[in-house]
Amino acid sequence: MSEARANILARLRAARRGAVPDRPDWTPPAYGPDRLARFRAMLEAVHGEVIEVTSATWTERLRTLLAERGVTTAMAAPDLGLDAAWAGRGPEVVAYDRPVEAMKDRLVHDIQAGITRARAGIAETGTLVLWPDAAEPRLLSLLPPLHVALLRLGTLADNLSALMAEQNWAAGLPTNLLLISGPSKTADIEQTLAYGVHGPKELVVLVLTDL
Amino acid sequence: MGDFTARAPKALNDPTLRRNFRRAMDGLMAKRALQFQDRDAWDALRARGAAAKARVVARLPELLEQLEARLTANGIRVHWAETTAQANAIVLDILRQAGARTVIKGKSMVSEEMELNHHLEAHGIAAIESDLGEYIIQLAGEAPSHIVMPCIHKNKAEIAALFAENIEGLGYTEDVDELTAAARRALRGRFAEADAGISGVNFAVAETGTLVLVENEGNGRLSTTLPPLHIAVMGIEKLAERLDDLPALLALLPRSATGQPITTYVNMISHPRRDGERDGPKAVHVVLLDSGRSRVHADPELRDTLRCIRCGACMNHCPVYSRVGGHTYKFVYPGPIGKILTPQLEGLDCAGDQPHASTLCNACVEVCPVRIPIADILVRLRAESIDPSGSAAVKGAGSMRKSLESLTWKGWALMHSVPLLHRLGTWALSRLGNLIPAAALPPLSTWMRVRSRPVFAPKTLHELAREKGYGNE
Repeated sequence: MSEARANILARLRAARRGAVPDRPDWTPPAYGPDRLARFRAMLEAVHGEVIEVTSATWTERLRTLLAERGVTTAMAAPDLGLDAAWAGRGPEVVAYDRPVEAMKDRLVHDIQAGITRARAGIAETGTLVLWPDAAEPRLLSLLPPLHVALLRLGTLADNLSALMAEQNWAAGLPTNLLLISGPSKTADIEQTLAYGVHGPKELVVLVLTDL
Repeated sequence: MGDFTARAPKALNDPTLRRNFRRAMDGLMAKRALQFQDRDAWDALRARGAAAKARVVARLPELLEQLEARLTANGIRVHWAETTAQANAIVLDILRQAGARTVIKGKSMVSEEMELNHHLEAHGIAAIESDLGEYIIQLAGEAPSHIVMPCIHKNKAEIAALFAENIEGLGYTEDVDELTAAARRALRGRFAEADAGISGVNFAVAETGTLVLVENEGNGRLSTTLPPLHIAVMGIEKLAERLDDLPALLALLPRSATGQPITTYVNMISHPRRDGERDGPKAVHVVLLDSGRSRVHADPELRDTLRCIRCGACMNHCPVYSRVGGHTYKFVYPGPIGKILTPQLEGLDCAGDQPHASTLCNACVEVCPVRIPIADILVRLRAESIDPSGSAAVKGAGSMRKSLESLTWKGWALMHSVPLLHRLGTWALSRLGNLIPAAALPPLSTWMRVRSRPVFAPKTLHELAREKGYGNE
């Protein structure tokens, strides 16, 4: 091991030990029946859009919202079944099925919408939890100017603490876990909000209320 | 250059700068206050966050080893650097071995501490800042003036002029959406062609070997996802012990910093790209930088400094910072946290002016989300700056000592410990004090430049008390 490592650790160990304080109790808020209302209010406050759908209606609602925005090329995992559902009436659906090195140009320049599932939602902060994998890679929710996420209402948690405990995150995290609360934004110029500075300008969440 | 006191008038007499900071600080304070209206909830949350970071400081050596073991098991390479020079050399070496020529950077104060961009440029590697604020000041050739909002000292018109000059095809516009879109266009290509991404770290979780980065723009995610190589640089104190410490810390950081309940993105990285995954860097490296932090850790009182989560609330609420801005401090970390951190990292011999750039009003202590006793540490550092004993903890202790000053205080102490001298002294001052030509006597004239001259009463308090019939009871 390196000399720097040994020296740093030796200096830290030589210090007089202080007491290790206990973690005092802290209970983050819960919302009961108002969970979805809280989620919606928080996400809308940061310029996100929340639309309630069902497993029977979501593909059609998605098709119209993409059409309203003039999207002709979207990217989504093939197992979402969009091609079959739309039967040629919707935008072209491209799969992110090759390494980024081969997809970079399309991702950076062509794809107008990225469609992903959310693993869960957090009511307190209006947050989506994304757990990217081979079918829905990391950049799918970042490079296209529009991000549409599917959230099952049953996965909406009160707060981050509760969700982490419930899903036992500490037992194994993915390569990249994302908490997303709204579209990309900046206030670096005179604290004036501007959206879409590097990531999506728009975030739409379809909440599947029957799942 | 001079010291802080010599630099301050320039900022104080710059009405544009004063306006830019006033507007920004007022806005940030108001937004933060809205987030913490429920006192009890704030107290409980803050106690939890402070304990989480205090535990990290108390258990630092073993947590660093745990973090290293977990990161390594996750496939992330860990490097240790005692100095910023070592850290720069490590980063350069990783980049060279990968054959990297261009780097895209997410925001990182540690990289500012390292002056990493200069180092890379000097060795033929172009490093482009991608956070909008950092991009703006990189175009302007300036340093950040705030640790969270680096270009807070600039207004729209100044940024519009800078962009018109530097971004091809963009005329002068003060439309913030247009300016932002122009930066997006200018930087998109840079992201796509960058050979490596460099970022900082907000929390590194020892339990799981996870790097947590918070941001609003998405440039941090791009820097850590799009290029084939990711290097994260962090101070050795930026740890969280367990994953379940994150909820409280993440609830404190953005609310304290910008009054947001959460940032747009919380980016948690635990592995390089694994088999079958389509994107993400194939190699991830972490550089753990000491650069004086282990020395800070050695002192049981001073080590509280290492709890800092870099939210910037202390500077937003500081009556000194909000009037002079970040550049007046001259060092990477301005404001209250800088005033206690910089002298400890750099030594009182070169940053001894910093702890004196304070009114000790305690506003920073009231808002600090991890309860750093900033005012106590300021006082301690002031004492050390004139302590010649050689037993003081901080490098450069005693360097601010002036013989006239110490002689004056010795005289003061003597006068207050010998009753006869005290009576003589106060009697003399009450009769003759108003005749002292203070405006012409150097130490007093300096003091009086910004204060009105006190007028001595014709009789001392003791004399008045005795006249009223009080004895020595």
